[in-house]
Amino acid sequence: MERVAIIGASMTQFGQREGEWVLDLLAEAGLECLEDADVDAADVEHLYVSNMASGEFEGQTGIPNALAHDLDAIPAYTQRVDQTSSSGGAGIYAAWQSVASGASDMTLLVGGEKMTHRTTGEATDVIASLTHPAEYKTGVTLPSFAGLTARHYLEKFDAPRESLAKVAVKNHANGVDNPNAQFQKEIDEETALESPIVADPLRLYDFCPITDGSAALMLCPEEVAQEYTDDYAIISGIDGATDTHVVHEREDPTVMGGVVESGKGAYEMSGRDPDDVDVAELHDMFTILEFLQMEGLGFAEQGEAWKLVEEGYTERDTGELPINTSGGLKSKGHPLGASGVAQGVEIYEQLVGEAGPRQVEAEVGLCCNVGGFGNCVITTIMEATQ
Amino acid sequence: MTMEATRYEDGTISYPGHPRGPGGAEPVATIDLSEYTAEVVTWTTSTATPPGVREPNHLAIVEFDVSDAFADGDDTVRAIVQLTTDDVETGDGVRAVSEEELREPGAGIREPDSQSWDGYRFEPV
Repeated sequence: MERVAIIGASMTQFGQREGEWVLDLLAEAGLECLEDADVDAADVEHLYVSNMASGEFEGQTGIPNALAHDLDAIPAYTQRVDQTSSSGGAGIYAAWQSVASGASDMTLLVGGEKMTHRTTGEATDVIASLTHPAEYKTGVTLPSFAGLTARHYLEKFDAPRESLAKVAVKNHANGVDNPNAQFQKEIDEETALESPIVADPLRLYDFCPITDGSAALMLCPEEVAQEYTDDYAIISGIDGATDTHVVHEREDPTVMGGVVESGKGAYEMSGRDPDDVDVAELHDMFTILEFLQMEGLGFAEQGEAWKLVEEGYTERDTGELPINTSGGLKSKGHPLGASGVAQGVEIYEQLVGEAGPRQVEAEVGLCCNVGGFGNCVITTIMEATQ
Repeated sequence: MTMEATRYEDGTISYPGHPRGPGGAEPVATIDLSEYTAEVVTWTTSTATPPGVREPNHLAIVEFDVSDAFADGDDTVRAIVQLTTDDVETGDGVRAVSEEELREPGAGIREPDSQSWDGYRFEPV
């Protein structure tokens, strides 16, 4: 099996990209990534596009082939990867498989979504359409699942409501130093705690925004990477897993089985354990998810993640394990198909020393991309080579 | 109208039912949960609802004690339900009240003919 390297990365401005549509965003990130990796489009053998719902949001389907044409990457093999909110992570897995298997010597992964032309209710409904009919007819939304889970977590573990606000405050502070983040604005705990209720006990600042954007990564075998650059990162472990489609059928609502299983697989492949991880990007679509992933990935005991957040363990500049140095989905934004790829972009930049004011000391990084409400999850471990 | 949970050959029960249960067990019976009271496991009130959904929308995960239905196997089964009020606490008892449409068919993205829309809201006992 080939050792798979990442030799280039890009991310568009995340936010409201008025007048620009999914193909525009994908092409922007794709071209920037080709330039960053110094790879000719003609040398791309496989092109993967992570996207959840361009047909539903925009009426545009067939985007992988369209992107191959726009980038002049024809005759590259193309494939769309849809795994709802974890489409980006699933794209990393598909791109990794294409290189590790020897099927491709140069694979471009581009993730993107155009969402902000829809109302909040419409966008929420497109996302909620992933639910089982028995769930959907109750009007449940992904934010509602977060409210249900957050109340259960706070009550079960006697955690203070303020601990969730601290996640939002931290990730907004990190986003200030990310020029591509949707929000580059600090907030204080009081603002988070007094913002409007969205899904009781969670409030506006416990949720990520609706976002347009795109991100890309270039993957190839390590020996090919060495022909292009000395500064590359290795994907040392990656795995994906599922949990129940119907959320309430899980034995413990505070455990995401897909996080646990994909994490186990990624640790096993890489030979690493949670103590080896220097920096992590977790899927903070809702603040409560940061706790559940910290616990599912072994960074904290069950019911204890909130204590580590309160102690500053996850702070970027002073914490032992900086989490969401990019600002996370919370501050950076969440263009569904792009988010998992953008997590990979942040970890790659941290490992090759290109994270600018967000830079932390890191040799091993992890990203965890969650689809649905933990329905499907991809965990990726990357390592520096310099 | 019923709210059918499915019992599998290994004694496990789920709502909704699936073609196969845990461990690949086949379905063997159904239980109408609307005949049982339930206990609130957790709840929320959603104030940002999709098209065709009442706002605010009170939701809960509830647990039914169905131990009287069968001699062995699972004693409880959980479901996500709408509540009639947010005047509830975790652990409260609730019972089913029938509703012709839990949300407006066709207002959202889901094909109206692809699923049922009637069901139950739950009120405090």
